[in-house]
Amino acid sequence: MLGSGILKGLAVTAKNFVGSYHDPKRMVTVEYPEQKTNIPENYRSFPFLVSENAEDPMGSLRCVACQICEKECPPQCIIIEKSKDKKPDAAGKMQLYPAVFNIDTSVCMSCQICVEVCPFDSIKMDQVFEVAATERFNELLLTRERLAKPNSYYHQIHPTEAAEVDGRLTAERQAAAEKAKAAAAAKAAAAAAKPVVASTQPAPAPVAAAQKSPPPAA
Amino acid sequence: MTLLPLLIIMLLTLGSAAVAMMLRNLIHSAMLLIFSWAGIAAFFLWAGAEFVAFAQVLVYVGAVSMVVLFAVLLTRRSRADLEVSPPAWKRILLAVFPSVLVGSLLIGAVLGAFPPTTNSSPAPELTVKQIGESLMGPQTAALLAIGVLLTVALLGAIVIASPEKSEDKP
Amino acid sequence: MSAASGSEHFLEHAPLDLRDWLVQFLTHWLHLTGLLQWMLHNLISIVMILAVFGLFFAFTTIAERKLLGRLQNRLGPNRTGLPKFSRLFGGWHFKHKLFGLSQPFADAIKALTKEDIVPAEADKLLHFLAPVIVVAFSLMTFAVLPFGRHFIPVEMDAALLYFFAAGSATELAIFMAGWSSRNKYSLLSAMRALAQLISYELPLILSVVPVVLVTSTLSTQNIVLAQGSWTFGVLPHWFVFTPWGCAGFLIFLVSALAESNRSPFDLPEAESELVAGHLTEYSGFKYALFFMAEYFGLTALSALGVTIFLGGWQAPCEFLQIIPSYLWFMGKLILMIVFFIWVRGTLLRLRIDQLTRLSWKFLVPLALINLVNGGFWALTTEWSGPLQIARWAISIVVIVVPFLLMGRKLSTGFAPRTYRYAP
Repeated sequence: MLGSGILKGLAVTAKNFVGSYHDPKRMVTVEYPEQKTNIPENYRSFPFLVSENAEDPMGSLRCVACQICEKECPPQCIIIEKSKDKKPDAAGKMQLYPAVFNIDTSVCMSCQICVEVCPFDSIKMDQVFEVAATERFNELLLTRERLAKPNSYYHQIHPTEAAEVDGRLTAERQAAAEKAKAAAAAKAAAAAAKPVVASTQPAPAPVAAAQKSPPPAA
Repeated sequence: MTLLPLLIIMLLTLGSAAVAMMLRNLIHSAMLLIFSWAGIAAFFLWAGAEFVAFAQVLVYVGAVSMVVLFAVLLTRRSRADLEVSPPAWKRILLAVFPSVLVGSLLIGAVLGAFPPTTNSSPAPELTVKQIGESLMGPQTAALLAIGVLLTVALLGAIVIASPEKSEDKP
Repeated sequence: MSAASGSEHFLEHAPLDLRDWLVQFLTHWLHLTGLLQWMLHNLISIVMILAVFGLFFAFTTIAERKLLGRLQNRLGPNRTGLPKFSRLFGGWHFKHKLFGLSQPFADAIKALTKEDIVPAEADKLLHFLAPVIVVAFSLMTFAVLPFGRHFIPVEMDAALLYFFAAGSATELAIFMAGWSSRNKYSLLSAMRALAQLISYELPLILSVVPVVLVTSTLSTQNIVLAQGSWTFGVLPHWFVFTPWGCAGFLIFLVSALAESNRSPFDLPEAESELVAGHLTEYSGFKYALFFMAEYFGLTALSALGVTIFLGGWQAPCEFLQIIPSYLWFMGKLILMIVFFIWVRGTLLRLRIDQLTRLSWKFLVPLALINLVNGGFWALTTEWSGPLQIARWAISIVVIVVPFLLMGRKLSTGFAPRTYRYAP
């Protein structure tokens, strides 16, 4: 019958109307900013620097100013200046650290290449998108202080990724510690096997063994 | 004083028709002609013939105006294609002859109505029902003739506008 | 305006009494003569109509947006509240958003403060006149609608004809709008709009003629009065509950949608077609006037449909006459407008050739057959008893069988869509 399709259509929209009052499937509007949707875990906005603990964000940055991300960044929005001195990192090794680490978020295109190439898992993608600013250079150019966020925050926003990274880092540090202990033990054995030439040589092995022996702190 | 509305209606109707003749822009002339048709409807209203007035608006302003505008727009000539106006003596002859004819008819009719009859009857209160009954009764011939005319016109329009036989139906 | 009978409710004629009192008061205060008094009397009616239907238009726009939103699984506008009064009252700000109901006033302010751009090559007089004419004639159609038992602004013998005459003059304004913009796409769209409007004027008027046949009057007030009886006190004798009235009402609905350029017939002003069609070159308040004229036309046509088919200001049941008649009229009007909004949210837009084919090949023949049907009904009013059933049966068959046959013919060639790979 002519018009039966129209009646069926009218029934569908009537169901929509009635359902929009009580059925959440039929009301898809999220009234932002009073209500917020759940952001998927892989959502990314701009990068941030991971620091190991929250008490000393500047001192416990994982970044060693290798400048790989600066060179790989397609719009070249990362600006790094190496420090003149070295500080011990989480594993105890003396590393450089970035004296200046700026990201120009007005240029950054959130491509995540800096995250992919970082060998130290020190730069990760953040999820903050409410970053409207009124000034370009003071507010959109993020400095080291604004970029550094603790590892606990990283766990919060990317739980599976952070767990995987932490597992890998712990395993690596343990492996490195084992290797160092084995090397120190081998050196000590070699030093003990050659007591005659011990006088001409300084004794770095006991010192190195003493340095390597404390287990890596988390 | 009672004739003031009539004078205003007359001025507007005849004035717009006259200006419509003088304008170069065809669409403006058409608009003014439509305005003069509306003026005729106003005259009918002043004379108390409501039905005819509304029928005039419905038919003329609502439909015939569209026909005129469609015709004007569909047969537009380019600006470069102006026709040469005929010579002056021809124009004067063509202007004088019909205007004398029509003018004498009108003036004769108007003068023949004076002086008005002494026993002036009041204007007839005609309801639509009476108009309908007279159209279906004594005046049926006129109604049927107009019906036949409109049917023929409609058939002619369909014949003119119908596509060629080779075109497929959509 | 007749004097109230004893059994009539006080509220029925309360606004009229108010108006009469106001006219008396101002006459004494300003010492007005007969002509001025008449003008004042009518001026108050006009101002009331403008105020009521202006507000009705404003709330139709917001109701449409919110209703369309709900039909499309989303919320409509719900953020406009009241402006900040902080400066006036020392920091007090009414924060509630009023569910977005003040949106039309925000839209009005926006339309008023927009720059009025007229194209340089445009025909300035016609460009200015087009929105004026379309609003004027749309408003003029309100003069013959009976809003209540005593509430008809101008009581005319040929009221229905006046309504259609005033409505047809708006089509001219659409052509003027399209032509004066000097934009060939606007002109094309205006031509298409004109073709649509002329095509649908026929079924509109033809669907109303059976009512005139049955009630033998063109006056809208008499048509409403003819629907004023009830079977057993609960079944109203509205014309929509008769076979020819139901068919006429459906044809009237479709034609009214098309006459006011509204979805699914909004090809002339659709955005994906020729931008805004004949309204492309209009901005700011002139666009708002066209918009307003479209809604006024829709309201007027809905009101006419209510008057002619749905019983006007008559109550559905005899005991419900306590509620004043103008409230019944408004309620039915709101129902019709909600139905039109519902249709807008559901149906797809028709192409111009589908439009005109629907009108000429389907609606006009059906309307003519309905005319015969209405004539049969008018001639057989004396049939009673078992003949009543025969009357209803013949009436139903006369209109349903051609509808089915023509419907089948109209949709031949379009088989239901089948998909090869979709489940």
